[in-house]
Amino acid sequence: MTDQLPLYQLRDLSKTYTRGKESISIFKGLNMDIQHGDFIAIMGPSGSGKTTLLNQLGGIDSPSSGQVVFEGKRIDNLSQGDLAKWRSRNVGFIFQFYNLMPTLSAAQNVELPLLLTGLSGGERKKRVKTALEIVGIADRAGHKPRQLSGGQQQRVAIARAIVADPKILLADEPTGDLDRATADEILGMLQQLNTELGKTIVMVTHDPSAAKYAKRELHLDKGEFVERGKTS
Amino acid sequence: MKQLFAVIGMNVRSIPQRAGMSIATITSVAFMVAVLLGFLAMANGFEKTINGSGSDDVAVFLRGGSQAELNSVLARDDARLIEVAPGIATDENGDPIMSAELYVIVDGIKRASQTEANLPLRGVQQQAVNLRQNFSITAGRMFEPGSAELVVGEGVIREFEGFELGQTIRLGSNTWTVVGTFSTGGSVFDSEIWTDLGVVQNLYQRGSSVQSIRARLTSPEAIEEVRAYVEGEDRLNLDVTSEREYFADSAGGIATLLKWVGWPLSIVMAIGAFAGAWNTMYSSVDSRTREIATLRTIGFSGFTAFMGTLIESLVLALLGGALAILVIYILFNGNSASTLGGGFTQIVFSFQVTMGSVISGLILALAVGFLGGIIPGVRAARVSLLAVHQN
Ligand SMILES: Nc1ncnc2c1ncn2[C@@H]1O[C@H](COP(=O)(O)OP(=O)(O)OP(=O)(O)O)[C@@H](O)[C@H]1O
Ligand SMILES: [Mg+2]
Repeated sequence: MTDQLPLYQLRDLSKTYTRGKESISIFKGLNMDIQHGDFIAIMGPSGSGKTTLLNQLGGIDSPSSGQVVFEGKRIDNLSQGDLAKWRSRNVGFIFQFYNLMPTLSAAQNVELPLLLTGLSGGERKKRVKTALEIVGIADRAGHKPRQLSGGQQQRVAIARAIVADPKILLADEPTGDLDRATADEILGMLQQLNTELGKTIVMVTHDPSAAKYAKRELHLDKGEFVERGKTS
Repeated sequence: MKQLFAVIGMNVRSIPQRAGMSIATITSVAFMVAVLLGFLAMANGFEKTINGSGSDDVAVFLRGGSQAELNSVLARDDARLIEVAPGIATDENGDPIMSAELYVIVDGIKRASQTEANLPLRGVQQQAVNLRQNFSITAGRMFEPGSAELVVGEGVIREFEGFELGQTIRLGSNTWTVVGTFSTGGSVFDSEIWTDLGVVQNLYQRGSSVQSIRARLTSPEAIEEVRAYVEGEDRLNLDVTSEREYFADSAGGIATLLKWVGWPLSIVMAIGAFAGAWNTMYSSVDSRTREIATLRTIGFSGFTAFMGTLIESLVLALLGGALAILVIYILFNGNSASTLGGGFTQIVFSFQVTMGSVISGLILALAVGFLGGIIPGVRAARVSLLAVHQN
């Protein structure tokens, strides 16, 4: 019955960084649910903690207190090894600077998450091909990242994020390094993944026009959420 | 396993991105292994030559306590007393197979360097040829007793100028004619020039004295009988050893010395190579911090990051080791080289690159790669996941 549970429940989530004697509270007592099929844009000024929050959702950083509940189970208290396994099954990451492996071809980059599964080589190839087709870059499968434009690299990165069919896509400024037109293509693609394939997406962005592609906008400011309905 | 291979592949394929540092590491490992192999090849070659030189059933008699032929003086009477010792073999005429010998140092010109180097000119008696295994005249004929004629070992011909068959050559103040060349199958005697004992005694004013006496034993065990006889005979003050022992004592030390120089020198170089490997791997990890964090974020384990780094380091070290083996093999194996032998003279021998020393070299290279990769590997495994956001 997990479908009736929210995908994520953030409970009283706090994050404090300590630098020497100083401790800086990034956010305190955050509460939020993320439903299956959501597409949330998190906005806010620089340094407001957007990336920090995304890190908690993705299980690559742990909260100082509070709980991150995913499909009814806490992930904030998992061991490093269990978290790694959890990430490989449930999360697809998309980064501002694509984070592709420079020595691998597009197809090999996309295949990486599948190497952690029990899938056969043939099955992996099929899935890689499908993922590359979804993002419209199958014709560049053999190219190295260096031979691709920024927009093309981000498509490869999105293919890598979806290839293992994760339950959540986490994108941090996915268009921060792209020009307007390319950004719109990428955002359109994320929107399609959300509406057509039902992918739940949390996207951090500075850019109000990027946020418009999402179903919900959340503003993080001074450690608190301010929800705004879709403006448009 | 799949993830491990993928990460190792990425590490190894990223080597060209640090080409300069990687080549420096490969080179320093190669130098280290080359030095080790060079010294070991010399030591092994030398040992092989020495071991091939001595027989168990030939006794060498020297003045008591003299250790080497050059320091030894024996009188004519000593020879007469040895002749009748028990355990000495005789030929078909009933004569003892025995040769009293005396050698002096002469100068030769080395072909390669055109420099002078010492050569032993050995005066021998007729039975000398029956006292060396595998002795054969390979060209010309044996010298005529009483004449200024030489037969020259093949090692000498190879390394020194002016000893071609038929040539006359001045050695010191005397003129000689080369009438033959001989081989003893690669033993130390191949590095000698032989002539008649009487002629050497005469030309070098040695009267009737000799330095050593070699005699064939009836069996290797007969050495004990001979020893007992010499000890019981008050007029004799001699050391008796089998020829094999004699060479092992006098020249085995040089092989050991070569190994004792070669290993520490290689170890010192290994420390340098280790520092290079460490440094290269550190920069490998640092330059790929974001990649490593990304893989970890996707779900790859810290262990694969560690192994990728360690194996990259081992690959660099192995490339260096293999390069060294190749170069040493091409340059050295079977090539002859000269070195100081038992008594200030040049013994010509061949470098021997043995399987054992190749394995030693590879193990040293791998040890350097392992040690140089292990700490950077730990660093790789500990890369913070938050580094995914670095630009
Ligand atoms: N590892 C860390 N140690 C200490 N402070 C940190 C660390 N990571 C982030 N911070 C601080 O936490 C605050 C929030 O950082 P975060 O990266 O989440 O902001 P952001 O909203 O993503 O900003 P931007 O829009 O610039 O990406 C910042 O003040 C930052 O300096
Ligand atoms: Mg950020």
